Amino acid sequence: MRKGGDFAEVYAEDKSSTSAGLDDGRVEQVSSGRDRGAGIRVVVGETTGFAYTADLSEAGLRAAAEAASAVASQGGAGTRVVSLTRSPAHVVNRIEIYPDTVGKAAKVSLLQRVDEAARSMGGAIGQVSAGYADSRKRIIVANSDGLLAEDEQVRHILRISVVANGDAGMQTGFESLGHTIGFELFDQHDVEELARTAARQAITKLRARPAPSGAIPVVIKAGSGGVLFHEACGHGLEADLVSKGASVYRGKVGELVASPLVTLVDDGTMAGEWGAIGIDDEGHPSQHNVLIQDGVLTDYMWDHLRARKEGHAHSGNGRRQSYMHLPMVRMTNTYVLNGTENAEDIIRDTPYGVYVAKLGGGSVNTASGDFVFGMTEAYLIENGELTDPLREGNLIGNGPQVLRDIDALANDFAMGNPGTCGKDGQGVPVGDGQPTLRVKSMTIGGTAA
Amino acid sequence: MSSGSSQLQDIADRVIAQAARGEQVEAYVARGVETDIRIYEGEVEHFVSAQSEGIGIRVIKDGRTGFAYAGTLDESAIASVLAQARDNVAFGTPDEWAGLAEPDGVAVVPQELWNEALAAYPTADKIALAKELERLTAASDPRVRVDDANYSDGAGETAVATTTGIRVNGRENACYVSVSTLADDGDETQTGFGFSVGRSPHEFDLAKAAREAADRATRLLGAIKPPSKRVTVVLDPYVTAQFLGVISSALNGENVIKGRSLFANRVGESVASPLFTLIDDPTNPKAYTATDIDGEGLAARRNSLIEAGVLQGFVHSSYSARRAGTVSTGNSVRGGFKGTPGVGCLAMQLKPGARTQAELVADVEDGVLIQMVQGLHSGVNPISGDFSTGASGLLISKGQLGAPVREFTIASTLQRMLHDIVEVGGDVDWLPSMAAGVSLVIADVTMSGA
Repeated sequence: MRKGGDFAEVYAEDKSSTSAGLDDGRVEQVSSGRDRGAGIRVVVGETTGFAYTADLSEAGLRAAAEAASAVASQGGAGTRVVSLTRSPAHVVNRIEIYPDTVGKAAKVSLLQRVDEAARSMGGAIGQVSAGYADSRKRIIVANSDGLLAEDEQVRHILRISVVANGDAGMQTGFESLGHTIGFELFDQHDVEELARTAARQAITKLRARPAPSGAIPVVIKAGSGGVLFHEACGHGLEADLVSKGASVYRGKVGELVASPLVTLVDDGTMAGEWGAIGIDDEGHPSQHNVLIQDGVLTDYMWDHLRARKEGHAHSGNGRRQSYMHLPMVRMTNTYVLNGTENAEDIIRDTPYGVYVAKLGGGSVNTASGDFVFGMTEAYLIENGELTDPLREGNLIGNGPQVLRDIDALANDFAMGNPGTCGKDGQGVPVGDGQPTLRVKSMTIGGTAA
Repeated sequence: MSSGSSQLQDIADRVIAQAARGEQVEAYVARGVETDIRIYEGEVEHFVSAQSEGIGIRVIKDGRTGFAYAGTLDESAIASVLAQARDNVAFGTPDEWAGLAEPDGVAVVPQELWNEALAAYPTADKIALAKELERLTAASDPRVRVDDANYSDGAGETAVATTTGIRVNGRENACYVSVSTLADDGDETQTGFGFSVGRSPHEFDLAKAAREAADRATRLLGAIKPPSKRVTVVLDPYVTAQFLGVISSALNGENVIKGRSLFANRVGESVASPLFTLIDDPTNPKAYTATDIDGEGLAARRNSLIEAGVLQGFVHSSYSARRAGTVSTGNSVRGGFKGTPGVGCLAMQLKPGARTQAELVADVEDGVLIQMVQGLHSGVNPISGDFSTGASGLLISKGQLGAPVREFTIASTLQRMLHDIVEVGGDVDWLPSMAAGVSLVIADVTMSGA
């Protein structure tokens, strides 16, 4: 802070990672990575200067600080001495087995078990690929408000992709398992069953018929459709987009924006989930934030600069991909609380529609509210029963409209697969979840009349 | 990539000199700087100035591969990366085809990838460019607000050395400006964007970027959700480039040998309309992704993929070529020092037809001009061929452009779409993507809307 400024921050990170890939029956390679560096941010007025460096020596940090402040502070120089207060540790995730204490052979053998289990599902299985990755990241953040906070984030993930061959071509299945816990993850879950599930998905789709085309009721299975809320409204509740007038939810706090059945939470404290963090990447403790209560918009998600500017409390949503990136408002684990109905009853009450058992990725235009997401496993609902599997396609909708159109919510809440949320070129790990629910009308992008 | 850094080459050379008997070693060393400026309401919102460097080392022994990287070029860190890569070798499955590329004698077609004018361009002028783009955009239409205007540039140098005799280095730089827009009409807000790219800022066309950003946002105001039916679509060049990106996955030689390509075993057969001729040619300097060497250090080259609808072959790295019993097509791709090279198309181009987009539209009885797609990553499966994507554009009725439409999907399968191509336009646009754009007319696509 030799050159003054309204706000200055140092974020340093040290991350070790291991990954291994298996494809076509072979462990192709094991990779080790080390990323270490610091990002320095200086804010003067409305201008942020940011520089990063992998050189953590005093000279390297000084050079980065000079670069960051050079552009931000064109005004007078001044020195402000800041005394840092170490924040009490905010521990969310309990790690039993650190990845660096596990041999690479054990990691690789997970992949071989998965490959074998998927191939055991029969001759239709044409190809299996699997990826394992772990990371241990330590971060430390200090800023000119006197904050000093640290966190350690450990993640393990396993991904399985399967190709099945049939008379009408190939179909694919995908499953993943990822949590912010240690290697004990793989003692707690049956990875072989996960592989068989991926294989079954691909095999089932071999007899899939084209998805319908047009607007019809859609039932989304518990734990498979959190991405709907992530896209339909989550991004639109990020304060940076709201403050620029780039969200359909701007100026709507206190208003009914969704079906009264919907209570939506973003929760960085949900231990072990993919988006769980002790502190965000600006040093603030993660929180349980209610965004929509019984259909009424209660609050947005905030990062440090936006909260500071508007006199709002922190929400623990200032996140960044790495030391090479500026933080911005990001979700953590975003989910909808349970309703009261039975999932079976919701299907039985649907004469005709689509049942989505698994969603792929999605994207949203926060300003118009239009979003899409892919359905990777889906079935037709006819006379209240699941019938034929459907081929893949996109669903399209408008966020505010779909939130209002949720007309049934079950009591079978489940979290979904680990996700990576992309915004402005940065990816961060996020989780999502919801109970089985029905949207009374969504447009299915299939080809059948 | 000419006249690169001898310093990085020295580092790579020193690493491979430590190879033990029976070991193949590859060192890939990179260093880069970037500038990123964002303007909002006439002020600098953020200014990012950064430098990064790193090394990735691959070791192959007895058919097993190990890899490690570090985001630093510190001497002791490099020693540890080599040790990690060696340690990782033990855990791979032996693969008789594993191995590094070897020099193949194909001559490099030199490219001008370094621009001194950009390297010398003053920071104040970069800020001024972004401010000017914001001003031009805001002034273009009273309904338009500017979300942000950006200037970005980057310069990088790399060096590769292998124990099999590859030794190349080079440097390259590029810059772009972009602007995001919001257009309001009552309660409705739509978005747009515009951009201009260049080897130097002197190549920018700010007025065009501003006009396109305003037009993309305002043209969707009042857009309706169209009915569901089968139509002919005219893809804007920008959309065609993304469509070709999806097709590239099926032309990837590694996907073919691993049973993930719908084109496997179909070389010599008709896979598309006779109007469809596709090449991958990174040696064409007009291509945004033009390059002289591939990710393994072999010369980049022109490859014919589909000729008049008939599949000619696939793109390969040295590994996928060895397995397929052929030679590398110079199509190894790598995303930086943190990963090992894979296979991919480098600069795709569809052979253009003769007519303008307006002439193509005039021949369409009932259709849609698709100006934007959303969700190609989620609704398209290049393995099964299922194709479904969110879209927006303009209705076409009896050869005339009509009402704007949004919140609908277009769907078919890749296999069918390639055969249903009616015409390729003559309006080639060298977009900043892996494929050049051109208008493309495809019949019998399902539009799903209201």
